[in-house]
Amino acid sequence: MPVNETLSTYSDWTYGAAVAVYFFAAVFYLCEAAFGRVKTRELVGAGAPVAGTAEDGTWTPGLVVRQERSRAEKLGRMGVALTVLGALLQLSSLVLRGVATERAPWGNMYEYGSLLTFAAVATWLVLMRKFPVRKLGGFVLVPVVILMFLGGTVLYAEAAPVQPALQSYWLVVHVSVISVSSGILLVPGVASVLYLLKSSGRARFTKLPDADVLDRVAYRSTVFAFPLFTIGIICGAIWAEAAWGRFWGWDPKETVAFVCWVVYAAYLHARATAGWRGRPAAWINALGFALNVFNLFFINLVTTGLHSYAGVG
Amino acid sequence: MKAFLAFLRNTWRGLTAMRTALTLLFLLALGAMPGALLPQRSLNAQKVTEYIAEKGWWGRFLDRLQFFDVYASYWFSAVYVLLFVSLVGCLLPRTWEYFKQMRAKPVLTPRNLARLPHHAEGGTAESPEAVVARAKQRLKGWRLVEREEADGARSVSAERGYLRETGNLVFHFSLLGLLVAFALGKMVGYEGQVIVQSQGGQFCNSGVYNFDSFRPGLRVDGTQLSPFCVRVNDFHATYLHNGQAQSFRADIDYQSGPDLDSGTWRPYPLEVNSPLRTAGDRVYLLGHGYTPLFTVTFPNGEQRTGATQWRPVNEVTLASEGATKFDPPGVTDTEQRRKNQLAITGLLAPTAGFRGELLDSVFPEARDPAVAIDVYRGDLGTDSGRGQSIFSIDEKQVQDGKLAKVARKNLRQGEELTLDDGTRIRFEGVKDWVSLQVSHDPTQVWVLLFSVLVILGLGVSLSVKRRRVWVRAAPGPDGRTVVEVGGLARTDQAGYGEEFGSLARDVLEKEK
Repeated sequence: MPVNETLSTYSDWTYGAAVAVYFFAAVFYLCEAAFGRVKTRELVGAGAPVAGTAEDGTWTPGLVVRQERSRAEKLGRMGVALTVLGALLQLSSLVLRGVATERAPWGNMYEYGSLLTFAAVATWLVLMRKFPVRKLGGFVLVPVVILMFLGGTVLYAEAAPVQPALQSYWLVVHVSVISVSSGILLVPGVASVLYLLKSSGRARFTKLPDADVLDRVAYRSTVFAFPLFTIGIICGAIWAEAAWGRFWGWDPKETVAFVCWVVYAAYLHARATAGWRGRPAAWINALGFALNVFNLFFINLVTTGLHSYAGVG
Repeated sequence: MKAFLAFLRNTWRGLTAMRTALTLLFLLALGAMPGALLPQRSLNAQKVTEYIAEKGWWGRFLDRLQFFDVYASYWFSAVYVLLFVSLVGCLLPRTWEYFKQMRAKPVLTPRNLARLPHHAEGGTAESPEAVVARAKQRLKGWRLVEREEADGARSVSAERGYLRETGNLVFHFSLLGLLVAFALGKMVGYEGQVIVQSQGGQFCNSGVYNFDSFRPGLRVDGTQLSPFCVRVNDFHATYLHNGQAQSFRADIDYQSGPDLDSGTWRPYPLEVNSPLRTAGDRVYLLGHGYTPLFTVTFPNGEQRTGATQWRPVNEVTLASEGATKFDPPGVTDTEQRRKNQLAITGLLAPTAGFRGELLDSVFPEARDPAVAIDVYRGDLGTDSGRGQSIFSIDEKQVQDGKLAKVARKNLRQGEELTLDDGTRIRFEGVKDWVSLQVSHDPTQVWVLLFSVLVILGLGVSLSVKRRRVWVRAAPGPDGRTVVEVGGLARTDQAGYGEEFGSLARDVLEKEK
């Protein structure tokens, strides 16, 4: 099966461009976070018929946000525009590689990382519309840029067909679901770490949004990603049954995925248990993401198992 | 006795408390981790042996604590059994509560709706009845009850999102079911591996002795395997120019059920990711390798052809090693036979690349096969009582001087060498062998079913929100009707605000 060299080269270029654009977006967000003042809200005098609630951070009747845009806010808006641009570039990189190799573009670690980070950025773009957390964009984009940089350098693999074990439509389903859900889980991981910083009460973290906004961002995105992650694991089991002769065999990757799943299940329970809400739950969520990263790097590169498809020499 | 009962009750309460469940969840996660970091017997027994030998007392200590059989260990089993007992203890009362709630009416309207997290208020010229009727219209799909209160006020109490608890219970019960099905599978399932030569090699799933290795479930004695036979006709592999495999296919025939009696063979292209499913079992293509073919012409003119599979030592180039063993033909005297057994050992390269005299394989396909062999003559020790591998000779026989190296040479396909006694050994070429796995697990379809239920239950329980809304319309002092709306999200708060806002607006404002 020949690989279209031209398209795969274009894919590499758009990937590189996306990393650069994300980098600048992250700089803009971080500037906004560093120099912006805490946003003020003013109560409008007119008696609105319904006192809406601000709990979602959605548009609230009765409250208006002051319209003047500070310089910091302009930076933040430029950051958003750049993020959208970067996401479009990254999407075209994925599509181009898929077309070039005539297969799903997530057959090695480089491609997997690209899909994962794309999912994280897309999640962030969606969340920004629902929660007042724009200036935290930098904290999401910094790990994204690091992951993409590692992916594009250390883990980079030439566009090529995949080995027989991966030639299955389950590659399309299992790997995409797992990498998208892991990407989404990057966001609650970041939000939980920020929650821990904010709720530590130190003065230098006062500019972060309210702890309960961070908590809700973490919870909402986890609740969305957790069932996806579950589906991904189960699809993996179905594929393993067809490829390796058993649906579950405690391969290192399977084991750590199971551990991750248990940790996120613990997070959901902790958040509903008195005495475990707040900081303990945030610690658990952060641990979940740490395990996810561990599963991606350590298990793929250091241990040997059936999931050794990294494509890294 | 009383104290004992109290102890039991407290233990049960402690075990079923959420914080205990959380602790057990963490122990489960923690306990599973060593399995990913240490070699496991179930995956690679040889690696475990090497690891223990390398680490000395520490390895033996870990072994005693079952760290190389984590998922069959007492402590891991204890954690998940306790976790599932705790789960049952939590689920039973919740199920009871669930059925009670399914029949119960929504709760009474609180006296002071302003205290609720969501609240809205307004006045209207309509009668309380009209307001309540409009509220009921708007709350279609909610479970609701209308009540008349003492001071002439009317109220509607509504609740929605019961599916959340349904999903929750389905999810947790399915996890239980999944564990039970998994455990049953481990009891009655089995797994066996066997190497079969292509070009007509056969395997029948009739007994454990036919397998090279066999892993029975706890309740499997190997006497009642599902009967079927497989014949390997041919094997095809294609590779990219860099040696990466692109496809593997074994063309096999199989027979099962009535075909066994009638002798009918049915063809099947066995590929990676596409196992043969027959007689309730599955047959997988796990690997392949090469069998070198050696023809030995003995001094008396008799010929023997040896076709023993060699095992790949390099997964990329498929350079293989092994031992092909011969008995001298026509020798009945055991003493004589022991002096003249032959063994050909060494390296097989499917595509030869020579660096001087040193042979290595440069490509996994059999394009230009060659072997670098040592020939041994003497007593192979096959009747010494010691077990020996088919891939090697017994080194002890060499050390004891019973087996001596008599030749060493590189042979390309068709070349031959002659030993000092006139025996000629000719390398004829190679043929493929395939490694097959037979798996039997009658409960895996149940595991799949429960997995699907797990996903459905989880999706429903995390997406549906349980929430309540109350509307009270009371006649006010000025003849107008005072309308109050209150709302409470019973689970996660997020997202109810918008819905409540729109609800309250519709109830308070008369439609235009």
